[in-house]
Amino acid sequence: MTLDEPIGTATLTTPSPGRVLQRPVVIEAREVHKTFRIPDRRIDSFKERVTHPLSRVTYRDLHALRGVSFDVHDGEFLGIVGRNGSGKSTLLKIVASIYRADSGRIRMAGRLAPFIELGVGFNPELTSRENVTLNGVLMGLSRHEARRRLDAVLDFAELREFADLKLKNYSSGMMVRLAFAVMVEADADIMLIDEVLAVGDAAFAQKCMDVFRARRRADKTVVLVTHDMATVQSFCDRAMLIHDGEIRFVGDPEETALRYYRLNFGGERDDRLRSGDVPDVNARLVDAWLEDGAGRRVENVEQGESIGLSVIFEARQDLINPVFGFHFRDADGVQVFGFNRTLELDEGEPDVLRAGERVRIAGRIENPLLPGRYFVSSMISRNRSGGDLALHVLRLLDFVVYGTQPGPGSVSVKADVKAVRELAP
Amino acid sequence: MELREVRGPGALGGGWRRSLELLYLIGVTEFKRTYFGTALGYLWSLCRPLLLFAVLLAVFTHVVRLGSQVQHYPVLLLLNIVLFGFFQEATSTATGSVVSQEAIVRKTQFPRLVIPLAVVLTSVFNLALNLVVTFAFILSFGVSPMWTWLLFPLLLLALLALTVAVSMILSSLYPRFRDVAIIWAVLATALFYATPVLYPLEKVRGLIGDLIALNPLTPIFELARRWVIDPSAPVEGGALRILVPIALYLVICASAVWIFNREAPRVAEEL
Repeated sequence: MTLDEPIGTATLTTPSPGRVLQRPVVIEAREVHKTFRIPDRRIDSFKERVTHPLSRVTYRDLHALRGVSFDVHDGEFLGIVGRNGSGKSTLLKIVASIYRADSGRIRMAGRLAPFIELGVGFNPELTSRENVTLNGVLMGLSRHEARRRLDAVLDFAELREFADLKLKNYSSGMMVRLAFAVMVEADADIMLIDEVLAVGDAAFAQKCMDVFRARRRADKTVVLVTHDMATVQSFCDRAMLIHDGEIRFVGDPEETALRYYRLNFGGERDDRLRSGDVPDVNARLVDAWLEDGAGRRVENVEQGESIGLSVIFEARQDLINPVFGFHFRDADGVQVFGFNRTLELDEGEPDVLRAGERVRIAGRIENPLLPGRYFVSSMISRNRSGGDLALHVLRLLDFVVYGTQPGPGSVSVKADVKAVRELAP
Repeated sequence: MELREVRGPGALGGGWRRSLELLYLIGVTEFKRTYFGTALGYLWSLCRPLLLFAVLLAVFTHVVRLGSQVQHYPVLLLLNIVLFGFFQEATSTATGSVVSQEAIVRKTQFPRLVIPLAVVLTSVFNLALNLVVTFAFILSFGVSPMWTWLLFPLLLLALLALTVAVSMILSSLYPRFRDVAIIWAVLATALFYATPVLYPLEKVRGLIGDLIALNPLTPIFELARRWVIDPSAPVEGGALRILVPIALYLVICASAVWIFNREAPRVAEEL
C-alpha cells in the first residue's frame, strides 16, 4: 500500500475508524478462551467404553481462541478476517451463544441476528413458510411479528412462488437466499454474518452489497467474517485479523487486508506482524477545516467553488520520509479523487518529522464535485523505502456540496464535445 | 441500551414468552411432520393404540384368560395402553430430537430444553385425543363416573413430569452416545412388561411382584385403575412399596435436571 502510486486507481475504501469509536460499545469481549478437546480416537458408543475400559482416551487440545478481547461499537461495520481454522467462526458462535466460552467474558446490548455456516437453521422437512416463522421467533421476534414479515422475507429472497415447497426440494442457492432474507428482515440491532459472499450468484452478491450499504447508512451494527478483502475495504470501519486464535491486528481495514495478504503469501515476514510491533497511531490530528474563497471556515461547499483545505498533524514519533495522502470519497466510500504530499524541504534538510513537531497541509483544490455528501480521509505513511506501512488512517471531514446542477456520477468535468449533424457522403 | 452478559447456550434462558412460542411452533411443526403424507393423517395416532388394544384384548381374554378374573379388564387394558403408549412414544421420539433439530441447534441461540419439551408436547396432543376416546369406551362399558375421576389429572401430571425427565436425560445423552436409542428401545419394551399394563399388580406374587412394585410407573398405573375404573381394586401397601418408587421418581427427575444442565451448553459442539 504505497502512497507513491497515483491514488486515483485505488480500491473503494471507507477507512473511517473514527466514525464509530466514540459511540457506545454494543459487544464487549474480554479474554475469551475456547479449547476443543479432539479425541485421537472418537469414542462414540458404550460398547467401545466397555470393550476397552482401560484404554484411556487421549485428547488433543485445539486452542481455537486464546484470550480474545475486543469491542464493537454501535453502528460499526467490523470485518473479521483470518485464514481457515484461525478461530473466526468459533468466535462468532460464542458471541451468538451457540458455543460457551471456557473462560472470559462477553457482554452485548441489543438483539442479535446470526447468519452462521451459511444459514440460520432450517428444517429441510418444513416449508419455507414454516421455517421463516420459526426462525423469526428464534431471532427474537414474536410469533405474530414473524408472520407479519413473512411476505417481506419471501419477496426479498424472490421465492414467493415456492413458499409452500419443502426446503429439502430447494437448491442450495435458494436456501442461502432465504436464510439471508430471514436475517435481514429480522431487523436486529446487531448482525453477525459468517461468509455469506462465498456462495450464491452475482445477483445475490449484489443484493448482499445493497444490504451492507443500507445497514451502513442506517448506522446499524454489522460483524462480518469474510475472505473477501474488497468487501472489507469498502464497507468496514475497522477490521480485525485473527490468527491462531489470537487477534493480531484491529484497526484500519486496508492495513488489516495488507497484513492478511502477508499472512497468506508472506512466508518469512510473518513474525513482523505480531501486534504491538507497529504502533497504530503515529500522528495526532490537531485540526482540520474547510475554507471558502474569502478564507472563512465553512461546513459545506458550493458547487463549482474551489475548496480550501487545511489540516494540522502532530507527529507522535519520528516520521522518516512521511507521505500525507488525502482521499475525497462519496457517501458510499467510493473514492472520487485524491493526492499525496511530502514535506517541503530546504536544501540538505532531512526528510523527517520529529516527534512533537507539527505539519500544516493547506491549499486550494479545484472542485469538480456534483451536489451530494462527501468526506475526506487521510492516511500517513512513513519510511517509503522499507515496509511502506500505512499507519494511520482517519476520516477528517464530512461535507456537503450544494448546488442546482446535479448530474450522473460524482464529478462534472469540462467536456468540449459537440453533436453535429453529419452530411450524407 | 444496556450491556448484558452473554453466557452461552443453556437449558433455559431467553425469556419465557419466547420459549413458550418456540415450544408451540416446534411442537406444531413436529406434529405436522409426523402425520404429513399419511392417508389417514391424524387418525393413525388413534388407530395405533386401538389396534394394539384389540390384539392384546384377544390374547388376554381368549388365550391367557386373565380378562375374566379382573373387573372391567378391557377398558383397564385400553387406559393402560394409552398411558404407557404416551410415555413410550414421547421418550423414544425425544431421544433423537436434539440431533434431528441439528440445523437450529448449530446455528441459533435458544433454550435447549425447548426441543425435548416440544416432542413431549406433541405426544400430549395425542394423549388428550386418545383419552377422550378411552373415556367414551369406559362410559359405554358401564363404568359410572365417580368423584375420584377428578384426581386423575394429578396422575397425568405425575406421568408427564416423569416423561419429561426421562426425555431430558435421553435427548441430552444421545448426541454423545448414539447407543442410547437402541438401549432405550430395549429398555422401554422391558418396562412395558415390568409395569402393570397388561395385568394388575395383585396378580403377580413373589419376588417379581416386589420388583414390579418398585417401578416408579407402577403407583401411577395402580392408582389410575383404582380412581378411574375400579374403586374396589386392592392396593397393596407397605412402606417400601410406597417410598422406593417415590424415591426413584425423585432421583430420576433430579438427575434429569442435572444431566441436561450439564450437557446443554456443549450440545452444539457434539453434533
